[in-house]
Amino acid sequence: MPHSRLTGSRIRERRLVLGLKQAALAKDVGISAAYLNLIEHNRRRVGDSLLEALAKALKTDPAVLAEGAEAALLGALSEADKRLPQAQAELDRSEDFAGRFPGWASLVMAQNQRIQELEQMVEALSDRLTHDPELAASLHEVISAVTAIRSTAAILSGGGEVDQEWQDRFLRNMRDEGMRLSSAAQGLVEFLDAGSSEEVVPIGPSEELATFLGANEHFFPDLEAPSAWKAGARDQAIAAVIADSSALTSREAQDMARQFLLQYVRDAEAMPMQAFQTARTAHRWDPAALAREFRQSLPSVMRRIAFLPPISDGTVAGLISCDGAGALVVRKAVPGFALPRFGAACPYWPLFQALAQPERPIRAVVRQPGGARRRHVCQAVCVQQDAPSFDRPPVYEAYMLIRELDDALDGDALSHATPIEVGSTCRVCPRTDCAARREATILSAG
Amino acid sequence: MTKQVLVIEDEPNIAEAISFILSRDGWSVSTHASGTTAVQAVRDAKPDVLILDVMLPGKSGYDILQDLRSADDTRALPVLMLTARGQKTDRDLAERLGVNRFMTKPFSNSEMLTNLRELVGG
Repeated sequence: MPHSRLTGSRIRERRLVLGLKQAALAKDVGISAAYLNLIEHNRRRVGDSLLEALAKALKTDPAVLAEGAEAALLGALSEADKRLPQAQAELDRSEDFAGRFPGWASLVMAQNQRIQELEQMVEALSDRLTHDPELAASLHEVISAVTAIRSTAAILSGGGEVDQEWQDRFLRNMRDEGMRLSSAAQGLVEFLDAGSSEEVVPIGPSEELATFLGANEHFFPDLEAPSAWKAGARDQAIAAVIADSSALTSREAQDMARQFLLQYVRDAEAMPMQAFQTARTAHRWDPAALAREFRQSLPSVMRRIAFLPPISDGTVAGLISCDGAGALVVRKAVPGFALPRFGAACPYWPLFQALAQPERPIRAVVRQPGGARRRHVCQAVCVQQDAPSFDRPPVYEAYMLIRELDDALDGDALSHATPIEVGSTCRVCPRTDCAARREATILSAG
Repeated sequence: MTKQVLVIEDEPNIAEAISFILSRDGWSVSTHASGTTAVQAVRDAKPDVLILDVMLPGKSGYDILQDLRSADDTRALPVLMLTARGQKTDRDLAERLGVNRFMTKPFSNSEMLTNLRELVGG
């Protein structure tokens, strides 16, 4: 990348705009403050890799630092023209355009970049659907079984001569194919529901974060400090965890992971692992008692229960959270309780009942269709996320802890409770008599 | 004269259903389940018409069709192809390779019979 002699000045200007100290930026990119000072005064040339690191830390494009905003804009306008030549943009006047309307030119650049990202995402999604071996294998199984059943059923019901021996044989084949169909359909539903394929390439920052959290089972021993962190040590520990992950490739995903881990560390500081696990052994699945003991909020306690390893009873806890619009934010799955891979979840989840009744904890036994029909205990609560204000409406978030019901340990009240029939998401839910259905299920289509 | 049909299909219950339907219709039917040895099976059986599945172990139906169309003794053999993928691209590929009929699974028994009769001029 060509660097102009004013690259250092642009780095300094950008740093000051962001309000960063020279020492902090230098530390972030792994150089001394003195060396950064020389760079910023254009007395040292910046290598490409260092420029990349500085641009990342300064949340800008390396080209903007190396060539100046205008040169970067001109490059982006040229790129946008190549993407859509039929628009016949006046490329020979792009310098004039960028100079006179830098804001509009920046918008074109940002949109061009966004289009590129979206195209990559579409390509990746298309590639996943076309080439995902698990999906292809399940669909092939389903179609093969349906073909055998349809042909055989037509023979048996077609009215032609079929002697007893062949009838018996065909009935046996149909029974076998029916079982195979059932198993293949279940596999397909599980794939669509849980998306547990480890080969799936994450698409977008949210999936990168989900892959990162899933790979660590939401538990980060390196962030379970025995006592309070020394100055800066917490951020370094978080940065090390992020740097170790191969799943977090985009800056956005790394930022999201940093936010998640900051909250994780705050929870860990307020409820140290050893003390918390000891208290859990006493209070088991009573988040309210734990919240009182540690003087923490219910969501904090729920996160701690779900993210730390199970206590001696071995029951794994899942956790789902959503924002005030019902969009799922945290998704830690638990065996037997399917979470949607994409889109909205089942409105009958206690999570959404809690969302409608802020500050009122809700406990319910639920059951999803298909599979082993396991019952799960859900404990949900909705809290105000921001500080109360006279100037704006409150922002709410809801959390739901999920675990499998244990008849032996949970007592009669829960064991004998009539489970609420819930789904994962409408697309893969077979219930036909559901008042909350948003869209048709693919399980009964045709 | 009895017409001979070779069914290359690795799903045993589908192959059995096809065999029964065709036998009852008066065809002489033989089956083969491997993609790898399918071309040799065609040469051995010398059928009047071939039913060819696409997804076969060892070698795909498309590759088998290509081999058949590039050899003098099998170039003109009528082929009815069966596939679980009914997309236009799959059909186009089969047509480019010289397929005579293309049916997607699940198929209707009567439609399959009609296609086969037309292919052998019956």
